[in-house]
Amino acid sequence: MSGGAAEPQIGWEPAPEQGWVAPHLAAEFPGLGIAWVEVDARPGRSPEPVRRRLRGLSDRFYGAQAIRLREQPVPWAYRVFFRQIGLDPDRTRTPIEQLAFDRLHDGAFKSHGLPADALNVAIVETGVALRAFDADRLEGRLCIRDSAPGESLAGRPGELAQGTLVLADERRPVALLFGGTAEGHGVEAHSRRLTIVAVQVKGVPQMAVEEALWMAAATLR
Amino acid sequence: MDGCGDAAVIYTQARPMPDLLARESPAALRVGADERLARAELRRQVGRLERQLAGLVAEGFGRVVIEHRVDAVAAEPRPLDLGELERLRDELADRIADARATLRERARTEADNRELLRQMIASPADFKWVQVSRDDLGEPGCGHWHSRPRLGPLGMLMGWWRVRVSSGCPLAGRLAAVEQEVEGQASEKGTGAETGCVPVPTAPHRRG
Repeated sequence: MSGGAAEPQIGWEPAPEQGWVAPHLAAEFPGLGIAWVEVDARPGRSPEPVRRRLRGLSDRFYGAQAIRLREQPVPWAYRVFFRQIGLDPDRTRTPIEQLAFDRLHDGAFKSHGLPADALNVAIVETGVALRAFDADRLEGRLCIRDSAPGESLAGRPGELAQGTLVLADERRPVALLFGGTAEGHGVEAHSRRLTIVAVQVKGVPQMAVEEALWMAAATLR
Repeated sequence: MDGCGDAAVIYTQARPMPDLLARESPAALRVGADERLARAELRRQVGRLERQLAGLVAEGFGRVVIEHRVDAVAAEPRPLDLGELERLRDELADRIADARATLRERARTEADNRELLRQMIASPADFKWVQVSRDDLGEPGCGHWHSRPRLGPLGMLMGWWRVRVSSGCPLAGRLAAVEQEVEGQASEKGTGAETGCVPVPTAPHRRG
């Protein structure tokens, strides 16, 4: 990964790096984008301040908010995009709706350790869809494109159907867009450098994307 | 008839059948640009319908079940073609129409129940043992209005009917105390006594 964007600094955050979207997809889905930051972090148990923040978020988040969630601009934008790419957002939930569901189901935002907790805090606060990869396993810049004939996702049997939307680095698909991660590219116990990725869709302000990435990065540092 | 014959000749000359039949690809249809615009318009409509459906689901939550599911078109994320977008748009529109009908029906029922409650309060003796809950009126929270005789059997004989208003939802602390008490009794008796919970009817009904 290119960058050097993860130097921990107080009071200043570098701008997230912007990935590219295949031109024909950009024409079909104006507003679709991808941005990321890199962070030095060790996966593991979340420190007490992060756990406390999750508890605080749990106390602020009620059933009524979960029901009204899909009417809010950012969660609605992801919901609509899911529809537009053929997914049922009530089955394959958007990240924020999945967290809302888990909050109601479990009674709280449960801690799953880092980096999951950092991502969850940022997702709940901003609604922006985030995910994490092992930065050392990515090669080059990230992009959103459709799969080429014969491409597959590591760890999944068979080839991807042509035209499947994927997140990819400069060599291969690393994840389905809003789906599973390729084997070996996810965050594992030995990961030391993480890439936090935000997928932007039409209706999600750039400021929300940057805030989500900074929030997740700051929580991880 | 001559005119018709002439028209047929003109049609055949202008648009030969093989050309009409050989339309297998979008390129052959020569509608690429138009289809992109059509897809964009359908996506816009899907977005608008999704927002309307979300509003209706939220409006009906807790009052009535709104069927809002529209099955996934694709197993994995991919751009949808024109036909798929049209089907998606139509299904969302159907869901919205159904949701509106369901909410209208529910609103009618709630209005009837409000009228029933108004009459019941005005003349409790005409609605003996009828109970109307807040849920029947589409209002949040617990509680109900119940037409009951004053002083029990004596009131029944004398025709002293009145509407009693319940005190609302039980406090969480009191519920916990009841559960603890029930559990304590069950453990003392060594039986699996169920927790005491009085069901609240969802529609007004007459008793007796």
